[in-house]
Parts: sequence; C-alpha cells; structure tokens
Amino acid sequence: MNILYFLVGCSVLMALIFLGAFFWAYKTGQNDDVHTPGIRVLFDDEVINEKSEEDHFSS
Amino acid sequence: MEDQTKTATKAICYHCGEDLPKVKYQTDNKNFCCAGCMAVFKILSENNLCNYYVYNNTPGRQLKNESHLEYLDDPKIIDQLLDYKHENVSIITFYIPAIHCSSCIWLLEHLYKINAAIFSSRIDFLKKQVTIHFNHEEISLKHLVETLNQIGYEPLISLQDVVKAHSSSVDKALVLKIAVAGFLMGNVMLFSFPEYFGLSGFEKQFQYLFGWLNLAFSIPAAFYCGRDYFTSAITSIKHKHINLDTPLALIIAVLFLRTAFEVIFATGPGFADTLTGLVFLLLMGKWLKQRTYHHISFDRDYRSYFPIAVTTLQNGKEKPVSINDIKIGDRLWIRNGELVPADAILMKGDAWVDMSFVTGESEPIHKVLGEIIYAGGRQTTEAIELEVIKPVSQSYLTGLWNNDNYKNNIEKQNFNDSVAKYFSLGVFLIAFAATAYWLFQHDSHKAWSAFTAVIIVACPCVLALSTPFTLSAILSVFDKKGFYVKNTDAVEELAKCDTVIFDKTGTLTSNENAEISFSGSLTNEEKLIVASLLRNSTHPLSRHILKALNVERFYSLKDYKELVGKGLSAKVNDHIIYAGHLSMLPITVKSVGETGVHILIDHTYKGYFDIKQQWRHGLGQLVSKLSTFKLQVLSGDTDKDYSMLKTIFPEHTTIRFHQRPHQKLDTVLNLQEGGNNVMMLGDGLNDAGALKQSNFGIALTDNINNFTPGCDAILQGSALNLLPNFIQLSKDGLKVIKISFAIAIAYNCIGIYYAVQGTLYPLVAAVLMPISTVTIILFTTLATRWFARKNKLI
Repeated sequence: MNILYFLVGCSVLMALIFLGAFFWAYKTGQNDDVHTPGIRVLFDDEVINEKSEEDHFSS
Repeated sequence: MEDQTKTATKAICYHCGEDLPKVKYQTDNKNFCCAGCMAVFKILSENNLCNYYVYNNTPGRQLKNESHLEYLDDPKIIDQLLDYKHENVSIITFYIPAIHCSSCIWLLEHLYKINAAIFSSRIDFLKKQVTIHFNHEEISLKHLVETLNQIGYEPLISLQDVVKAHSSSVDKALVLKIAVAGFLMGNVMLFSFPEYFGLSGFEKQFQYLFGWLNLAFSIPAAFYCGRDYFTSAITSIKHKHINLDTPLALIIAVLFLRTAFEVIFATGPGFADTLTGLVFLLLMGKWLKQRTYHHISFDRDYRSYFPIAVTTLQNGKEKPVSINDIKIGDRLWIRNGELVPADAILMKGDAWVDMSFVTGESEPIHKVLGEIIYAGGRQTTEAIELEVIKPVSQSYLTGLWNNDNYKNNIEKQNFNDSVAKYFSLGVFLIAFAATAYWLFQHDSHKAWSAFTAVIIVACPCVLALSTPFTLSAILSVFDKKGFYVKNTDAVEELAKCDTVIFDKTGTLTSNENAEISFSGSLTNEEKLIVASLLRNSTHPLSRHILKALNVERFYSLKDYKELVGKGLSAKVNDHIIYAGHLSMLPITVKSVGETGVHILIDHTYKGYFDIKQQWRHGLGQLVSKLSTFKLQVLSGDTDKDYSMLKTIFPEHTTIRFHQRPHQKLDTVLNLQEGGNNVMMLGDGLNDAGALKQSNFGIALTDNINNFTPGCDAILQGSALNLLPNFIQLSKDGLKVIKISFAIAIAYNCIGIYYAVQGTLYPLVAAVLMPISTVTIILFTTLATRWFARKNKLI
C-alpha cells in the first residue's frame, strides 16, 4: 500500500498544475471578455460572403 | 398582413431604422433618411463591407455633427491616449458608446478593409471598447478617429479616461484567491474523507500523512486567502470599532491554531476542512458583492463631459491645447457646439450659451462682451473668443465636485456591521462561560476545546453570505426591469430612504417624445416653403419640425444661408423666408415668447414652432404610490409649469424653481441634517452635486448608453413607474436578511449545544457549516423571488 504515498503526491501535483493553468489563463487576460468571442464565432467566412453579395446584386 | 410588413420595412431607413421623410435618399434600391446614413452605406459598399447589414436590420445610427479633431495631432495628447507605441506599431483603446449589436462587432473588427494601415481591431462588447493596432507612420491618430467617425462610430475621448476607469471592476487578486481557496478546499476534503468514514488499524498509518497535508493546505488558506480579514480586523480594532470581519478573522485564526495543535500533537484530525470551506464560501460572498456592471459607469464627474483638449489662439493662430495645460489669460476659441472648459470672459463674438449643464435651464442665454461665461456652458452659435480667468480645476462647476460635503462624512453602517458587534459579544460570553465552567470542573483540556469549539461553531459566515446573496439576487431583478444599482450596499441605502426629491426637466418630463406645436397659422403652400428651407439643415430642431410638417415635395432654394445655431434664411419661389431665433429676424416682433423657431415669410411674421416636453406617463400614479414619502420638486427651470405640478403632487409638497446646482445640494444637506434619508432623482450635470450628496442618487435616462452623472443607480425612464416597487423590494430584502439571520442562530444553537460540552467532533462542524450555508442560500434565493413576484417585478 506504499504506492498510496506516491498516488497522493501525484494527485496533489496534478491539482497544482491545474491551479497553475488557471493562474496563467487569468493573468494573460483570457477571462477578461467572455461575451464577445461568443458572438464572434457566429460570423461567416469572408470568401463565401463576397460571393453571396455578388449574387444579390445581379438578381 | 404581408403587405403591412412590407410597407413597414420599406418606410424606414436602411441604415439607421429611422422613419423615412417623404422625400428620401436612394442608392442601390435602398432608402435612407438622410445624406449621412447614405454616405456611410456608400463607404461600406465601396469597401465590400455590406455584411454589416446582413447580421442585423438597420444596425446604424444617425451621424452627429462634425467634431474638430485638430488636437489629435498634438504629440503630447497622443502620448496620453496611446496604450503602447513601438517602432511603427501603436495600440489604442477607444470607448465607443454606439456599439450595440453584432454588426458593430463585425464592422469594427474589419476596419483593416477600409484602411490597410490598421493591422487589427478587437472589441470588448460589454465594455463598448475597441482596441486598435495600427501603423502610426501610415495613418495618424486623427485620421483613424476620422475613419471611425465616418462610419458612425465616434469614439468618446474625454478628460476622464473612461477606458482606464472601467478596468478595475472586480478585484483581480480576489479571483485568484478564490481559485486557491477552491483548490485547497477540494484537496482537504479528499484527505478528510477517510477520517469521516472511520479508519481501520491498517489505514491509521496514513492518518499522520493526511493530517500534515491538511495542515500544509491550511497555511495558505488562512494567510493568503484569508489575509484581508486579518488586515480589516486589525484596522477596525485600531479605530475601536467592530465590523463583521473581526469575528471572521478570529474564527479563521482559532480554526488554524486548533488544527495546528491537533496535528502537531497528534490528538485529532483538526478542522482543516471547516477552515478551507469557510474561507472559500466567504470569498465567494465577497466576489458576489464586488461584481458590478461592466457597461455602466457610476462614478462619472464633470471630467467625462469635458473634452480632452480645446482650441486656443496664440498670436492669432489656432492651436489645440490639453485642458490641463490651460492657464489664466489664455485665449480660447470655442466653436458652435463646443463646451467652455474654464470660467472665462467673452472677448469677441456673439455668445448664446446653453447653460443646461450648470443651471438646468434649457434655453440658451445671450452673453455680451466682457461678461463671464462659466465653465460647462455650451456655445450654440458662431465661434467666440474667450479669455480664461480661472484654471479648469478651480472653476465654478468643478467646485461642485470638490465640495467637501460629500457622503464620506455621513456614517454609513449597514446591517451586518451593526449586528457584528452584538454577535461577537454574545459569542465571547458563551465561550468564556463554557471555559470557566470546565476550568471550575478542573478539566483544562475540555475548557480549551470548548472555548475553541464555541467560536468555530458560532461562525457568522451565514451573516457574511446571506447579505450578498439576497442583495445580488435583488440587483438582478432590478437589472431586468431597467434599474441598475451600483452595488449591494446601495440597495440597503435604498431601503432606508424616506424623502424623495425630483428634478423636473428630463426627470419628470421626457426629452424623447417632445411634441411640436405651431402657434400661428400656415397655409399648405407656406408649409411647403418652410419645409423646403428646413430640409437643408442638419440641426436636430429642423429635423424634428420637418418630420412634424410631413410634406410630400420640396421647392428648390436660392441664396441659402445658415447662421450656425441661430437660424436659416433663403429665397423660395421669390419668397424670402427666415426660420430661427427671434434675434435673427430682420424685423422686431413683440409680444411673443423668446423660445422656439420663429418663421418669417416676406416680412410677415407667421408664428413660431414650439417644442413642448411631455410629462412622463403615469406620474400621478407614481406620486400617489409614494405618498408615504416626503416629496420635493427642485427645478432649475422657470416656474411656467407650476400649476401643472400642483395638480400632480400632493398639497404639502415643496416645489421650487430657479434652483442652481449648489442650492439643490444645500436642500439635500439640510434635509439630511434634519435626520432624513434622501433619495434624489435627477438627470443632468446640474443635479450631479445633489445626486452625489443624497443617500441614494438615481440618474434617470432614456438611453443607458448616454452619459449620466455620478450616482448610486441608473434608472431607465420607462421604468420610473416601478420605483415604489423597487423601494418595497429592497425593504423586503432587508427582511429576508434578518430572517436568514434568525435561521443561522437556530443552527448555531445546535452547534453550541455540542460545543460547550467540549465534545464537538470535527465532522459535526464540517457537516453543520455546509448545511446551514445551503439552507441560507436556498432560503434567500427563494424568498427574494417570492417577494419580487409579490411586488410584480418578475
């Protein structure tokens, strides 16, 4: 059962890594604006749009 | 039915959605209400940016008058505005009030298509900010702002840096502390589980490991996450005053010490689970309290209204100068529509100054040469020359803000802090009584454990949580109804108010639906002539009247002249027509009011258009619902509406006119000295002093994107009728807090029953705390919803 010492160490280490990841994400401003990216992904790609614009004029 | 929707979509401007005038502008089969909207469309279609119109219908806004941007060429001002500059890359963040939909995001993030010198632009939608990376060697800052103006997104550049003022809404360190506390809590729980279920002989060997790990996790919980409680407790004790943080700090300390003792001397598992859980929940409550609206700023002062720079005349040449650098004796050059930034003497030109910022009086005042024009006045006619007599920081208007009277001298004590005192006292009494009893019984071990256990169990954490939970639930109810309160503390202030003061213009009346009436008479032919003249002006009054006239065709004009801010004249079909202020007419007209747009055709006075502000709907009902409050009306305007106000308000209401800003402020002060808790409703800068001084200042606005003076809450004009319900809900909220306090005491009694016997097992504490917390959170949420429904706010 001595393996438990190792496993406990692992679990704490893993948790610390996640905590570190959160610190990094927060400090680099990834959580500053959580609203705009949600809208941004809904925009269509440019190329397709230009085509549809041309069709619109000719019809 | 289909026809109806078709005509409905056709009758509005493709760009801004305004109703179309009878004669409209057309390009590409699309209708526009004005030349400005059409120009924006043309720019966008030239740059292949018509997707702007795909994501939303009529996403645009009408363009405002042109602004002068020469000051953006001044390197000193540029440095002040830029976030970052290196080699050829500059980064700047603008606050753009016009951002309101996904089309705005799309367009502003494709700025690089309009000008290749713009590398990229990113929007923060809620903050209405755009961060632009650009090559300053190829595009000047002035040009960049001009580009934004051209497409209808004018950035707001004012003396108070809105962008920087916004950035600190939630304490960043607090979020990190919550993350750490959550991490600690989770791990401690994990290592405490074996203890909860009982350990077999074989598992006992791990007990020490888990104990020491828990102790290790307790150290950051107490001294990193809980540090604020200690510092706050120490400062409050220094001031001989107990706040809620004092007992909390004591509990954290006791929990930590007892855990350390038990682990080091191997006498028990310690209270690490309770400690970390407590700290985590406390921080969550704190976060809830700090959370506020990103998109609304409550701390504005005169600086948000002032431009960052002003044009001065140096040796007869125009030169933009930063407002902070203006000295006594400088000559200012103030154009039409610009703000006078400092108290100054009129040296040259014809000054018609709109002093509504300062006095609330909406009619422009005529100033003669040598007269003093106070800062905050807006010039409405031609450009004038002024000599500064006081620096910006010492002007009359600024003085209103630097007044020392403000709130800080009113002792604000919320329910929590006032209860904390008695709470701590009670806990200490019980703790010492229990210790004394066990010492008397010669059981020093039990005395120590009873003392610590009482303090642990009697934790006021419920008190620290119920307030933010209840009040933030109330905030979100208010929020949905168009009432934006600054923070949770303000809700408590709202509940205490017993006096309500109304401003008149813009508060009791609404600027949105002004009604245009013509006194005099016009034939249809004359209407056509007037409309043909007004059509050429971009002045908002002209547009309003043109819409009201609603004619179907226009004549062509000759000799069109526009005296900026005063009026128009032209020749239409051999008729000479004047429209505008009384003073610009070539003949003198007697026995008519000064206000309004006067019409003169062929030297015959025809009458004038008057813009009447409408009273807000349901005022009578609102006033009758507020009958339990002391009411007052303070107006900066003339007493022309006295009789009307008399019919709305009850007899004993004080109604005062010609109130200058400091008089409003004094009224509030006097009422407060008389022991009243004053709520002030106002809208303009002229109410700002009173709003700030009052216990609860509400800025009323028809559009929350507009600038409002500093206040405790912003209320949408349409929600004014709900004000009594808002007040009632805030009172109910305090009731909920008090009931939850009673529930918490009940839980504490159970805990104390075990604690005084010195037999509190860590598991009981660890279970009791989450249960009481969950009960309180459930209770406050449900009770708040129930009260909100009762007050018809959900």
